[in-house]
Amino acid sequence: MVLPIHNMQCETDHFSPQCARQLRPWPKERVIRFAGALSFAVGAAAQVAKAEVDTNSTSIFSPASAPAHLIVNLAHFVLLVTGGIFVVVLSLIIYAAIRFRHRPGEDESLEPAQVYGSDSIELAWTIVPLVIATILALTTARVIQQIQNPLRPAAAVDVQVVGHQFWWEVRYPKYGIVTANEIHVPVSDQASREPTFIDLRSADVVHSFWVPRLAGKLDLVPGHPNSLWIEPEKPGLYLGQCAEYCGTAHSLMLLRVYADTPAEFARWVANQKAEPVDDPSVAAGRRVFESYACINCHGIAGTSGDGHFGPDLTHLMSRDTLGAGAAANTADNLKAWIKDPGHLKPGVLMPAMNLSDDEIDALATYLATLK
Amino acid sequence: MNHESVTSMFGTGAQGAAGKRETDHSPGAVVHSWITTVDHKRLGIMYILYAFLFLMIGGIEAMLIRLQLAVPDNHLVGPETFNRLFTMHGTTMIFLVAMPFVFGFGNYLIPLMIGARDLAFPRLNAFGFWLTVFGGFLLYYSVIGGEGMTGAGSAPDVGWFAYSPLTARAFSKGHSTDYWILGILVGGFGSIATAVNLLTSIVCLRCPGMTLMKMPLLAWLYLVVSGMVLLAISPLTAAQIMLLLDRYLGSHFFDVQAGGSAVLWMHFFWIFGHPEVYILVLPAFAFASEIIPVFSRKAIFGYPAMVAATVAIGFVSVSVWAHHMFAVGLSSTSNIFFAVSTMLVAVPTGIKIFNWIGTMWGGRIRYATPMLFSLGFLIQFLLAGLTGIMLSAAPFDWQLTDSYFVVAHFHYVIVGGIIFMIFAAIYYWFPKATGRMLSERLGRWHFALFLIGFHLTFDTMHVPGILGMPRRIYTYGADRGWGTLNFICTIGAVFQAAGILVFFFNLIRSLRCGRVAGNDPWDAWTLEWSTSSPPPEYNFSRVPRVNSRRPLWDLKHPDDPDSNYE
Repeated sequence: MVLPIHNMQCETDHFSPQCARQLRPWPKERVIRFAGALSFAVGAAAQVAKAEVDTNSTSIFSPASAPAHLIVNLAHFVLLVTGGIFVVVLSLIIYAAIRFRHRPGEDESLEPAQVYGSDSIELAWTIVPLVIATILALTTARVIQQIQNPLRPAAAVDVQVVGHQFWWEVRYPKYGIVTANEIHVPVSDQASREPTFIDLRSADVVHSFWVPRLAGKLDLVPGHPNSLWIEPEKPGLYLGQCAEYCGTAHSLMLLRVYADTPAEFARWVANQKAEPVDDPSVAAGRRVFESYACINCHGIAGTSGDGHFGPDLTHLMSRDTLGAGAAANTADNLKAWIKDPGHLKPGVLMPAMNLSDDEIDALATYLATLK
Repeated sequence: MNHESVTSMFGTGAQGAAGKRETDHSPGAVVHSWITTVDHKRLGIMYILYAFLFLMIGGIEAMLIRLQLAVPDNHLVGPETFNRLFTMHGTTMIFLVAMPFVFGFGNYLIPLMIGARDLAFPRLNAFGFWLTVFGGFLLYYSVIGGEGMTGAGSAPDVGWFAYSPLTARAFSKGHSTDYWILGILVGGFGSIATAVNLLTSIVCLRCPGMTLMKMPLLAWLYLVVSGMVLLAISPLTAAQIMLLLDRYLGSHFFDVQAGGSAVLWMHFFWIFGHPEVYILVLPAFAFASEIIPVFSRKAIFGYPAMVAATVAIGFVSVSVWAHHMFAVGLSSTSNIFFAVSTMLVAVPTGIKIFNWIGTMWGGRIRYATPMLFSLGFLIQFLLAGLTGIMLSAAPFDWQLTDSYFVVAHFHYVIVGGIIFMIFAAIYYWFPKATGRMLSERLGRWHFALFLIGFHLTFDTMHVPGILGMPRRIYTYGADRGWGTLNFICTIGAVFQAAGILVFFFNLIRSLRCGRVAGNDPWDAWTLEWSTSSPPPEYNFSRVPRVNSRRPLWDLKHPDDPDSNYE
């Protein structure tokens, strides 16, 4: 019986040069050249990425704290398993796609042998994935337990972080410290572990605490307190930012965690606990702060300002950035921020207070004494 | 046996019928006939045209997002606009593009493939379509009528999963969030109507001889999809109503300060949201299960296993939703449960991929455009599934979720999987719906451009996520090391846009002067290819009777029919 083959472009005259070109087998050197180009591209991309990240890395594959290490170890295992599956299945697909392609000149009238299935093969490719899934599930369950239910050493430091649109309130209940956006924690060494346990809450909408080199992310959900721990091994600055969309200025809700040596940490704590120096030479600036609506949102110890909608400014000068990482904490940026915060951080909730240039100068001079 | 005799077996009589009927061809009458139609084929085509319209709008939004992110510290659009762009891009692509594509193909194909003359409830069908249209326009009316967190005349800016309490009136004072709620609510009723219709039709209207286990796989997949729509859209609808009550009638479902729960919204949204992923991807599986056999010239490998895997995916996928919430701070017990259930989905999904390979194995594969897209789908869906397994390992997910890695992952599923198969399906069934073939040459250009663009954008996009770039940020500092990678992503987007333009050009040109297709251009085996192209309003002049899953194979090979082996 002859079967009509309809309208397939190449079947109509499969000896035309055009069809021969479309259907010729792939030459081996072309495949090799393609593979070479591909691996070069991947390598080059990796180089570019590496060169760029050396400065301020937030790569999840350069962990610097115990939970991040646990995650990376699991990630390597999962990547190994999924990578293996990928290579095997991709090879099967490519082999089938090339080996069983229609070739010009084949007998068109005969359909290939019809195979409807195979119980043994199908059973095999059900059971093997089931076994792999079971192994992955058990491994994952173990790491979940390790990270979510850790043993808590007596020396652990407690920090409370409260998410606000669009900044982080940071409290150390044991030390009576209130600060913002920049978290100082001690480095922990294996001999005397000193991890930091961070209690996460939100004052308004959902935020997410993510410092990739220290731990996985965890949300700050109103009415749903969460707890996370980090245990940095090396002193340094670890960058992060809010990872759950929280409104207009979400992009500039950055986060900095400083891992200090024990001595540095003690010094930092002592400084934060100190009462600010009352400097009469900047009384004019203090008057500006106290006589405008600044005090409704900002607190400065020893003044009439005790607001909580915005960051506490008692030790503003001990911080490296303004506006949750929106700008470096320099004298010029501080003035620009007071003049119009929305210019440095679009969508910020702090309004421009329409202060005169003299008032701004006085206020900035006063704030500069809050070390 | 030639196809004239195939046609005569099942009967079409389109030409004869057209001659007898007096039809008015003035533009007004044509528009009127389309607006008032209850014909499943016309409604199917209108669903797909509607999806094309919003594909362009959602695509423009995506291009603007990519241009904004191409270089660090960019101020092409501000954060307000950027937040609206990603909210509308996500909402549009899921509710106004992917869902209408799914229902459009279901509408068009199901009656033809099960040998019925229409769906069970034609007028409910039209009702569902027009509700969907109304929902889409309601959403976009917000651009004129709404006001969000900032400024007048804005689109919704709460993100496509709209986490509470950002949607509370305290944080979103204007009406744009209301348009978002109402648009989805109204469209949701349309989806439920269509799902009821498809479900009823597949159960009740199959032609004589077509037992459940003799249905084309596409019908099985749509049966499961319709059931899942009923299960998934209902909680979404309920949640939208609760949110409206919270916003306007003082209820406190999600109002934390009055004892409500922000986490409750997440559960409601994701118990819709995850089955939704399968609602979108099962039709892609359906197209693959029809197209791969025809172009490999072999019966589908392991039909009963494919059915079982489909039903298994349907069941398991309603118990995995909280894997979207690993970072919310659920108990370790919940996290382990949802990690395990998510990994289990990989098993039936794997069975499907293996069975497609089994179908190709030993075949004689013809690489026409539908098969090219199907091959792209197979490889890309494999990779999307494997990054899905990485995300199912909850601790790994704590790093990857809400980063660009997860954005790359779900675009791999939706673009690399679903959109590739939708293109394959359009190249495959366009001849049936219009009577003309799409150009193969333009189809190959479309495929090549889109494939290159897709991989440039979404392969690259995994990396900034690994380097700590969260999603939904309108810009980033030059010192973060994400610039080069984002620039490559944007170049890829340009290639994808070029591919789409070639595709639209192909559609318009082939509609006017494509090669005449005939009834059965691909030498295929299911019932829709037995009637004329385009089919007459009543599909089949005589109700067909079938003996196997491939009725046209049986007719073309009367000496060795499938019915001997099933």
